[in-house]
Amino acid sequence: MLYDALIGPFTEFEFMRRALAAVIALALAGAPIGVFLMLRRMSLVGDAMAHAILPGAAVGFLLSGLNLFAMTAGGLIAGFAVAILAGVVARSTGLKEDASLATFYLASLALGVTIVSIKGTNIDLLHVLFGNILAMDDQTLLVVAFNATVTLLVLAVIYRPLVIESVDPLFLRTVSRAGGPAHLAFLALVVINLVNGFQALGTLLAVGLMILPAGIARFWSRDLTAMICIAVVAAAISGYAGLVLSFQTRVPSGPAIILVATVIYVVSVLFGRVGGIVRQMFPGRHLEA
Amino acid sequence: MAALHFHNVTLGYDRHPAVHHLSGEVARGALVAVIGPNGAGKSTLLRGIVGILKPLDGSIHLGGLDARDIAYLPQSAEIDRSFPISVFDFVGTGLWRATSLFGGIGKAARGKILRAIASVGLNGFENRPIGTLSGGQMQRVLFARVLLQDASLIVLDEPFNAIDAKTTADLLALVKQWHNEGRTVLAALHDMEMVRNHFSETLVLARGPVAWGPTADVLTPENLLVAMRMCEAFDDSAAACAADDISSRAA
Repeated sequence: MLYDALIGPFTEFEFMRRALAAVIALALAGAPIGVFLMLRRMSLVGDAMAHAILPGAAVGFLLSGLNLFAMTAGGLIAGFAVAILAGVVARSTGLKEDASLATFYLASLALGVTIVSIKGTNIDLLHVLFGNILAMDDQTLLVVAFNATVTLLVLAVIYRPLVIESVDPLFLRTVSRAGGPAHLAFLALVVINLVNGFQALGTLLAVGLMILPAGIARFWSRDLTAMICIAVVAAAISGYAGLVLSFQTRVPSGPAIILVATVIYVVSVLFGRVGGIVRQMFPGRHLEA
Repeated sequence: MAALHFHNVTLGYDRHPAVHHLSGEVARGALVAVIGPNGAGKSTLLRGIVGILKPLDGSIHLGGLDARDIAYLPQSAEIDRSFPISVFDFVGTGLWRATSLFGGIGKAARGKILRAIASVGLNGFENRPIGTLSGGQMQRVLFARVLLQDASLIVLDEPFNAIDAKTTADLLALVKQWHNEGRTVLAALHDMEMVRNHFSETLVLARGPVAWGPTADVLTPENLLVAMRMCEAFDDSAAACAADDISSRAA
């Protein structure tokens, strides 16, 4: 009975296996990026960027219909353009990065929705906005896995400057020129993972599998390595449980995954070891030293 | 052999000078105090030396030093204290010159980091997140990192602000140790007593050099009065500096 509910769908249906492989790849690459987004106070930047991808994906859709390859390529181009433009504007003027991003992403979102509605139907628009992880073909799955691999490799290369730039940017500037390139590479990784998530969850929810696990991890550890591990596990569990939920109840898969993550998040906020609400209300007797 | 050479340096923001027409040399191994009222341009000058701020005019020569041979302790470091990093790892970033992007932190390096933490009196703090430290402890951590940077030029911007007497004494001992090791040390300071007792050379700054030389000669009531009278405000309608024309014509 339990087997039928929890494992059966994956042994029985290939599209469920593909979907599971996809969410695990998304969790492995996206969650660490999410942790850095959160620690660098860029959570909303990630969200803004997700919208920025839309016009590119929409142009891809306009040119070749619901072809995920074309939409991915378009999304990457648009995402990089906005990320780099916003980064350059922020670094060369006094404007904060979030302010310049807000401008770019609002323009992008408006443009994207306009382009999709010129040619497509409301169903197409829904697909673009919320994704469909159950419709993954081999090619798409390979693209997702490839992007995840690239992400982890690049993250390993820029890890040290990225960490130091997050803690003490001025220090990094005095010892090395790696700060700027590391920051731009990080923004590029954010875009790659948003496009990745875009296949599964759509533009509006893609950032969810990055930010929610990071938020969850913050309530369970004070150590960066541990936070990254917890975030990956939380993202993978949300993905798996979301797929099962979606299979059993016919809730759309993307929202189901994000809803599961939200439930874990709420539990973490309440009972987390680090700053959870219950822990704060009943901290126990104070220590001797 | 000079560690630092200023050629008619003007530093500032948005074309407005904060330090005007400074020329002079800092000898290798010198221990220099930079004093002056708030807004005199002390921090600006130090930022210029470490290369964060490009001079509006003139130039600063580092005597063959690489930017990485300079350790800089800013006044209010933009440190994100909420970032989950331990004292050990944070101090360890001081080894950047040796490890860079991929260099491993081996047994010898770990020993160095532990010794640096011990020599600022923070034994037992290695695994504490930096967010749990007090202001004075954080300043000790920053000194430990400077220690690890093993730099031949050390630039400290008001390193003893809001620090208690005990911590100040400990950290001042480190500064003297650096001086004895032959490193060049520049420090922006406010405590005249300390400057008089511990720093051999002093630069009095008030948006431009007022006096520069041996502390006993420079730290006079007259010079300090001149520095105090300095005008702080930018003049938005200021004309282009005439002194530049004169010096360029002379050249």
